[in-house]
Amino acid sequence: MDRSWRTNCAIILATIATTSFTLAAPLSAQETFKLGIVTFLSGPAADSFGVPARNGAQFVIDQLNKGSVPSPYEKVGFGGMKIEPVIIDENGGATKQVQELRNLYQRDNVDVVLGYISSGDCLAVAPIAEELKKMLVLMDCGTPRIFEEAKYNYVFRTAAHAAMDNVGLVRYMKAKNVKMDTLSAINQDYAWGQDSRADFVAAAQQLYPNVKVQTDLLPKFGAGQYGTEISALVGAGSDVVYSSLWGGDLQAFVLQSVPRGLSKRSQLVLSAADHVLPPLGDKMPDGTIIGARGAYGLMSQKSPLNDWLFKGYEAANGVYPVQAAYRITQSILGLKAAVEKAMSKNGGKKPSTDEMVAAMTGLEWPSPGGLIQMKLADGHQAIQPIAISRTKYNPDLKRVELVDIQYFAAECVNPPPGVKSIDWIKGGMQGAKCN
Amino acid sequence: MRKGLHPLVMIALVTAVTLFGRVLPTWTLSLATIAASNALIALGIVVLARTGNVSFGQGLFFAAGGYGVALIANAWGLTDAVAQVIVGAACGGLLGLVIGPLIARYSGIFFGMLTLALSMVFYGALVKSTALGGSDGFNVGRPSLFGMSFTDPREADFMLYAVSVIVTGFAGIAATILFRSEFGLASLAVRENNLRVEYLGLSANRIISINFLIAAIFAGASGAFALMAQRHIDPQFAYWTTSGEFVFVAVLAGNQSVAAVFVASMALELVRSFSNLYLPNTWQLVLGVFLLGVILFLPRGIGSLWIRDRHKRRISATVPLTAERGAAP
Repeated sequence: MDRSWRTNCAIILATIATTSFTLAAPLSAQETFKLGIVTFLSGPAADSFGVPARNGAQFVIDQLNKGSVPSPYEKVGFGGMKIEPVIIDENGGATKQVQELRNLYQRDNVDVVLGYISSGDCLAVAPIAEELKKMLVLMDCGTPRIFEEAKYNYVFRTAAHAAMDNVGLVRYMKAKNVKMDTLSAINQDYAWGQDSRADFVAAAQQLYPNVKVQTDLLPKFGAGQYGTEISALVGAGSDVVYSSLWGGDLQAFVLQSVPRGLSKRSQLVLSAADHVLPPLGDKMPDGTIIGARGAYGLMSQKSPLNDWLFKGYEAANGVYPVQAAYRITQSILGLKAAVEKAMSKNGGKKPSTDEMVAAMTGLEWPSPGGLIQMKLADGHQAIQPIAISRTKYNPDLKRVELVDIQYFAAECVNPPPGVKSIDWIKGGMQGAKCN
Repeated sequence: MRKGLHPLVMIALVTAVTLFGRVLPTWTLSLATIAASNALIALGIVVLARTGNVSFGQGLFFAAGGYGVALIANAWGLTDAVAQVIVGAACGGLLGLVIGPLIARYSGIFFGMLTLALSMVFYGALVKSTALGGSDGFNVGRPSLFGMSFTDPREADFMLYAVSVIVTGFAGIAATILFRSEFGLASLAVRENNLRVEYLGLSANRIISINFLIAAIFAGASGAFALMAQRHIDPQFAYWTTSGEFVFVAVLAGNQSVAAVFVASMALELVRSFSNLYLPNTWQLVLGVFLLGVILFLPRGIGSLWIRDRHKRRISATVPLTAERGAAP
């Protein structure tokens, strides 16, 4: 390595640095709305949630920019402004996400950031958006802690938190007279698994006061091999086996447990499983009770808006939309409703962050998965209806159908304002309005 | 032999870099804060590497500093940035004091694997602690400085930038002085032949322990910075990929120059950020190609771009690993 070689290297590095800086210069945009979208494009959650969410966002934004979304979203883009998405990867941990959120707001000058699937990332980015006084719309993450432990003005979550998934499951089992004298559980050993388990057990103890928890397993995240866990579950032979596993872990668990007869001995109850139905196909045992974290995908109710998403997404991506695609759709449509509400108040100008925040607080809007209402956390946290169903493989269509679908109203499965969700469940779910 | 810069010149340099923050765009400030924090921990790895041992578990002290500061901040309302750095350094240092003497008896791959194992034990314990938020972690309030709280985002970012650059800068100056000192040279000798060092009447274990302690203190302080910059902590701080990243900064920088550690850290953050923006689907690939490129074309690290001492290289051809002697910023 002689000197000139090193000088060359230095020049190349310097050139790269300068180009990046020039590229970074904000492009002034008059009639567009710059929307930062953060979702998993790599890592374990990409395949199950991140990429379907990205595909959903691209489909919806494309349709909005063409103005071909059904009523009440016929207007082009957001109130006539074309949407310009900036999509980045959520993978890499909370430290990276905090940094990238700042970059989106301060360097790329996005108007609003929308996204986040991991609860840890949601918890980490919320206070940063609040400090920067920029609007942040969380679309998916499960933990109820975001608004139960802190108050935010600039942060919204357009989907119900995870308490709904487990309360809905237990209500469904009660309504369908599923026997549950004994219960076993298998959940991943991280916050989602631990919290889901706590919510489900607490809700089960309310509606099934005599239930006995037998085997309670917490394998590590991404374990992939469940031989010993399945032995323990088969050995326990409980009436019900509950799991909040998702993605590759859930697929592995189902594939390994079915040949060993777990689904014949125990009723399998899965809190977030619709996204593994297309890949599993006939490997999914019939009669499994599943939730989809909302009335999504094959459990969604018929409406012009839902037909538009379901058929359009399927045509564009070759697979029907599941949870994540629905969640980002309801998020983008909610933001559209808020922006247009703000514009109707300020005379049609591009609204400021504070105008959008005021418009979004307490907003209600129709989505393909049902009516979304920002009812909790002073109008910053959404509640929504949920559907629970059983699986049934259809050999003619070569896909898993969902039968025995039951819908629960948002206020039946979500806590009322001002109560922590785990306290609400343990207190007997007071104030729930079920029909 | 090149003597290196006078410490006063280095102090002037640190001051200049701090003041330069006034004209930087806001988004670079927090990026530079994270880069400075990563540089501080990588500097600790370089200090330790001079004894021939690489720690793959600096995440342990990084997390210990971060969690220590976060818990104290939430329990007693300690928000002062400088106090938080001291608390972080103390937490890392205390842990280093316990672990250092135990681990100093091992070397090479055993040393690396043991540090890695310890950090993963800590990670496992944190994930299971639901009181600390488990794998989701928890948030802390924003830091203040000497009783002043900053509500303007730019001022708050600049304050953090200034504190982290000054602390990291002074750590760098201290490291340079250390490298030139008798103790620093003895550390190099441990790497070359620890038996001979023992025959000289010095304890090799003690030298490794002290270097390990310094690295732990730097890592603890770095954890405090990372916490202040993102106001959130989770067990990822102790995960092996986090530790691996710090080792990577150290490898990128090479061990010829303390300043190279800062440049490498900043370069890595910039490459990561821009590749994530323009190539969201393949940013890891870009990062990997960048790292490979540096290793292939600058095998002695980014520092070799401006440290060119032929004399030193001639010596290192016959007696390897003496290149650090003239370590200068």
